[in-house]
Amino acid sequence: MEEKKILERLREKFPAEVEETASSLGDDLAVIDKGAVLPVMTYLKGKPEDYAMLLDLTCVDYRGEEPRFEMVYHLFSLTHNKRLRIKTRLPESDLLIASLTSLWKNADWLEREVYDLFGVNFEGHPDLRRLFMYDGFEGYPLRKDYPLRRRQPLIRLKD
Amino acid sequence: MPTRIQKQARQDTMLLNMGPSHPAMHGTIRIMLELDGERILNSEVEVGYLHRGFEKTCEHRTYFNLLPYTDRLNYVSPLINNLAYVMTVEKMLGVVIPERAQFIRVLMCELSRISDHLTCLAAMAMECGAFTVFLYKMKAREFIWDVIEQTTGARMTTSYIRIGGVRADLHSDFDTVLKKAVEETRLVLKDVHGLLDKNKIFLNRTRDVAVMSAQDAIAYGWTGPCLRSTGVLYDVRKAHPYLVYDRLNWEVPLGERGDNFDRYLVRMQEMEQSLRIVEQAAVHLPKTARGLIADGIEPAVAIKESRQRRVRKAIALSPNLEGSEGWRYPDILASATGYVVPPKEETYTSIEGLINHFKFFMRGHGIRPPKGEVYFAVEGGNGELGFYIVSDGTDRPYRLHLRAPCFHVVAALEHLIRGRYVADIIPTFGSMNMIGGELDR
Amino acid sequence: MGVNERTRLTEDKKKRPPAGQFITTQFNSLLGWARKFSLFHYPFVTACCGMEYMSAACAHFDIDRFGAGWTRFSPRQSDMLLVVGTITHKEAPVLRTVYEQMTEPKWVVAFGTCAVSGGIYDNYAVVQGIDRIIPVDVYIPGCPPRPETVLDGLLKLQEKIQHQDHEWRWKKRKY
Repeated sequence: MEEKKILERLREKFPAEVEETASSLGDDLAVIDKGAVLPVMTYLKGKPEDYAMLLDLTCVDYRGEEPRFEMVYHLFSLTHNKRLRIKTRLPESDLLIASLTSLWKNADWLEREVYDLFGVNFEGHPDLRRLFMYDGFEGYPLRKDYPLRRRQPLIRLKD
Repeated sequence: MPTRIQKQARQDTMLLNMGPSHPAMHGTIRIMLELDGERILNSEVEVGYLHRGFEKTCEHRTYFNLLPYTDRLNYVSPLINNLAYVMTVEKMLGVVIPERAQFIRVLMCELSRISDHLTCLAAMAMECGAFTVFLYKMKAREFIWDVIEQTTGARMTTSYIRIGGVRADLHSDFDTVLKKAVEETRLVLKDVHGLLDKNKIFLNRTRDVAVMSAQDAIAYGWTGPCLRSTGVLYDVRKAHPYLVYDRLNWEVPLGERGDNFDRYLVRMQEMEQSLRIVEQAAVHLPKTARGLIADGIEPAVAIKESRQRRVRKAIALSPNLEGSEGWRYPDILASATGYVVPPKEETYTSIEGLINHFKFFMRGHGIRPPKGEVYFAVEGGNGELGFYIVSDGTDRPYRLHLRAPCFHVVAALEHLIRGRYVADIIPTFGSMNMIGGELDR
Repeated sequence: MGVNERTRLTEDKKKRPPAGQFITTQFNSLLGWARKFSLFHYPFVTACCGMEYMSAACAHFDIDRFGAGWTRFSPRQSDMLLVVGTITHKEAPVLRTVYEQMTEPKWVVAFGTCAVSGGIYDNYAVVQGIDRIIPVDVYIPGCPPRPETVLDGLLKLQEKIQHQDHEWRWKKRKY
């Protein structure tokens, strides 16, 4: 019952922004509108929902569908011991979404990772640059159109 | 390469590079420091030197094939990574595994966790100068790896925990080897407590150094022993129990101040609790009446006979790694077909078994979870180790993402070392247990 | 004596080595013996093989008994570069720099399949074998190799050092 309540409360508070909610295999899920990320997350972080921990932030590339990218956030509430998944879609032409660094501190590195591997830009991020790949690497490796074996060596390799 | 710190550095400070190949950097992290004498004013951490393309590679492998890649993530506790991945897929498929397999999984995971903490603290102590502690803990780890090797076949990267259960049953000699490992580990822990707990040098280097408050830790997404050292009780095994953890008696040690010494002590006490779990699991393991079949026929004879007629007699194979018995499967693997590799006696001696074998391994067939997505987390050596898998109905995952616990812990490193001395980086970084394979994926 | 015998004697004299070479070959063996039993290694540890390296270096499977016990974490003070674990393209310039900073004589051991050939990672990020960056003397396969395999590789390296031509005159080795 508690799970339905959070999704219902979310729907009540943000009727226009929440597109769909679902609960499958024990996971709660809410799909929201791209522009509503920051207000919804601020609401979820504060009391009484108290989702104090951002567990994870990642992106999925649905190549062939429009909008192409989907941001997935996993939140966790220590007091209620509940997890929640928030998803939002981004079109390829407008890869800009609000940054969560003002709410959670680990969003800094998580967003840098998504920028590095997918190319999604975060508005309001203090220092958006690559995390895993090196300077001079062109392209975004985890996108579906980046071939698995395209190497870009930094120094000259012997054969 | 270094951008932010070079741009922001003041004129009269010194920039020092603790480069990626450094004894205390656990191999693959680069910390650039802006120093005023010995004090750190600012720092920048650069990661990615071990980014091996795990997530992208997994999109090109079948669910069964990508198991060895998961071993190499948190390579000091590989069985726990196996478990996290396998339980995520089992959640998607809705598979229930036999009880004996659950106990064996718990046992193996706790042994893996003990070896994780042993390695972390050994490296931390060695970098602070206590070489003896390193050697003692490596000795204990060898005994634990002996147990793991006898059951799984490999010392480190095992791929033992499979979808549907475990790869093979326990050896008949298991209890002796396990007892030896537990004894030796207890002796080593006692020795190390005596060497380090009240050691003035160690205390000076770790007490009240790099203190993290509980609020900050939660804001950074810390989980695991680092979070528990700040006083927050969150252990995935207690909060969302999986396997048989809720049936065993054990406690979660908590720290108070969140400094390096608390992180060290929490890990030492967690090892004690893991030893308790291991002992209880070994005792409560559901007994199996199936032993080696005394009057079975030899495998070579059975294969030869199957060319003429169907083999109906039992085949003499040992229950553990040296052979796989189909009739032992109910103990260790789920009985549903399509998720587990069919037993070899059927594959080699009957046509249905051969067809099942092909259909399991053929491209486009095999394990095909329904379309959807799932997230599942277990308690890894460093904290909440979660897998997020998106499936599109085919035999390869569409997207596989790992929630790496030490990623969030290391993200706080710049905050922790600001204002401290250069020498404080060493125990701080050591107590965080950064594992490159997990951090960089 | 006929014409043929005189030719044979002159040719024989050409084949016999000059007297001084006996001393240099003995000195070469002595140098080989000294160098092989006092290897100071630089463990360039990146990944999982590092755990087996730690096991090989510690009490159960001691590499100290073969003379290679002392770990020198500076390229200037070591003569064996032990590349342990996966080398990614980001790490490749670092490996090259460390190799070039090492002083002669130096040997390189590729430890683990990722260092030998890229291992199970054949993708955009991993160098397919360190012999594309630096010359390698001994390849130790395994994922990770057992400590006994590591010791076997070390023994092979020691054999190689014993029979190698040592440059003890001030001549730069070209590679």
